[in-house]
Amino acid sequence: MEKLLPARERLLKSKKSSLDGEFRGKIMVILCAVLMISATIAITIFLGTKGLQSFTKNGISIIEFLTSTKWNPTDKANPAYGVLPFIFGSFAVTFLSALIAAPLGIGGAIFMTEIAPSWGRKILQPVVELLVGIPSVVYGFIGLTVLVPFIREHVGGLGFSLLSGTIVLAIMILPTITTIATDAMSSLPNHLREGSLALGATRWQTIRKVLVPAALPSLLTAIILGMARAFGEALAVQMVIGNVRNLPSSILDASATLTTIITLNMGHTTYGSVENNTLWSMGLILLIMSFAFILLIRYLSSRRKVR
Amino acid sequence: MVTAIKERITLDVTAQEYREFQPEHILTVKNLEIFYGEKRAVNGISMDIGKNNVTALIGPSGCGKSTFLRSINRMNDLIPGARAEGEILYEDLNILSDDINVVALRKEIGMVFQKPNPFPKSIYENITHALKFAGMKKKSVLDEIVEESLQKAALWDEVKDRLHKSALSLSGGQQQRLCIARTIAMKPTVILLDEPSSALDPISNAKVEDLIVDLKKDYSIIIVTHNMQQASRISDKTAFFLSGDLIEYDDTEKIFTNPSVQKTEEYISGRFG
Ligand SMILES: Nc1ncnc2c1ncn2[C@@H]1O[C@H](COP(=O)(O)OP(=O)(O)OP(=O)(O)O)[C@@H](O)[C@H]1O
Ligand SMILES: [Mg+2]
Repeated sequence: MEKLLPARERLLKSKKSSLDGEFRGKIMVILCAVLMISATIAITIFLGTKGLQSFTKNGISIIEFLTSTKWNPTDKANPAYGVLPFIFGSFAVTFLSALIAAPLGIGGAIFMTEIAPSWGRKILQPVVELLVGIPSVVYGFIGLTVLVPFIREHVGGLGFSLLSGTIVLAIMILPTITTIATDAMSSLPNHLREGSLALGATRWQTIRKVLVPAALPSLLTAIILGMARAFGEALAVQMVIGNVRNLPSSILDASATLTTIITLNMGHTTYGSVENNTLWSMGLILLIMSFAFILLIRYLSSRRKVR
Repeated sequence: MVTAIKERITLDVTAQEYREFQPEHILTVKNLEIFYGEKRAVNGISMDIGKNNVTALIGPSGCGKSTFLRSINRMNDLIPGARAEGEILYEDLNILSDDINVVALRKEIGMVFQKPNPFPKSIYENITHALKFAGMKKKSVLDEIVEESLQKAALWDEVKDRLHKSALSLSGGQQQRLCIARTIAMKPTVILLDEPSSALDPISNAKVEDLIVDLKKDYSIIIVTHNMQQASRISDKTAFFLSGDLIEYDDTEKIFTNPSVQKTEEYISGRFG
């Protein structure tokens, strides 16, 4: 490099250069970030104010809203606004579907990374990607035409049930869990594997006692992301769950979730009506839940860094 | 009559005594060739490894030291496309053959790696990890082995108050001694060490070296090292490798004072290239 100019000219920040490309690029990405943040804040504020209106303006008691099992907003004389059955439905399908999908997804991930890294991955990876690409309405449609009649004939009940919703959701969240779990397992350093095997542990002992525990925070994150997806899914569930307003007493009973009630009712209620406002309140519950999921993931990933 | 006595004798000797009756070679390598796919990394080497000796493997980077070392406890099985030809005899058994139970083999031929690789568990669990798989479940027995192997690895005094803290909270040198301790805990016959002190400061390194010399009483040790002083300080025999060939193998003293091959001389005096 030529050093004809004195250091002062070469190295001091000049006013001009900070105004060209460097600066413009910075402004652009800051604008993008600001836009994203303000959109999120705007949605949160909107949902917050709308969601609270049924309690502030329409005078429904929050306690009643959250704990009553009676939902009858259209009864002119004696309307009831208890959404417990739907909260219960949402949590039930979420946990049950995670219960099915988590072992399958983590098992698949272990198969792809530890048991058959070469051909196993070649086969399972495209399968998983395909599952991601199928739109939820198709899952619902398949559930409706295959699963619901199958359960009606071979298991019992009407077929439209918590069980159908659970199974459809399990299949839908399976790729999420599998993908993240696979990444978690394959990013484990090889020396952990070798260290255990070199001590005379078998492959399975190594997987169970070293690899899975080491990947546990990421595996839990995978499950929670799957659950977040299950909690928010509306369309496919709505097509198979039966959509009744009662608290289900068995897994074969028809049921409803917060999301299905919102999609079913948002079309025929008028904006500003009490019933419409309660739908917003349910939306607020969904938002709060997704914040809770994010916090949980945050907590887990902070634990991962410490280890 | 004679056979009956013989039978009684063989039945009476313990495994420990049996080892002591063994010839002075713990391993015999015959025409060992190791391939990664089509590429040959070790070109037909033959050597005897002494029992209760420290054998040092030296040579420039990429000459096949690790490849050879990893073949001794079949760690190369984990690498797709890697295969070995020839023989490594361990008590007259070819441990490269397909019908060897590698899990059992690795309990007898343990390995410590270049980079300390403790499991993300407590210090105590790092040592009991493989013991439990070997069927040891009783807490009092485990406690005893943990203490004994940490003592041997010269780590006990530093960690005895925090056995149940994460092993990752130890310093690099302590982690490496923990890795040695968990290998000793399995009571192997051979310990393979692949540049065990390359990531350590001089003090930890000195501790590890003392430890290795100490371990020689009970174990046969093969160590890969890039540190010539280390090889000359701690080993009984030294093998010099160069691009997959075993160039010279002799008593360490001979190798470092009066090598018979010129390449060896050039390498150990740093005039290589
Ligand atoms: N997993 C592998 N796949 C293919 N080739 C490999 C693999 N591991 C090592 N090799 C090759 O085999 C040869 C010997 O490698 P090796 O690791 O045994 O050398 P080394 O003597 O241990 O070197 P260093 O002192 O750097 O550790 C090298 O040419 C290397 O590129
Ligand atoms: Mg090496």
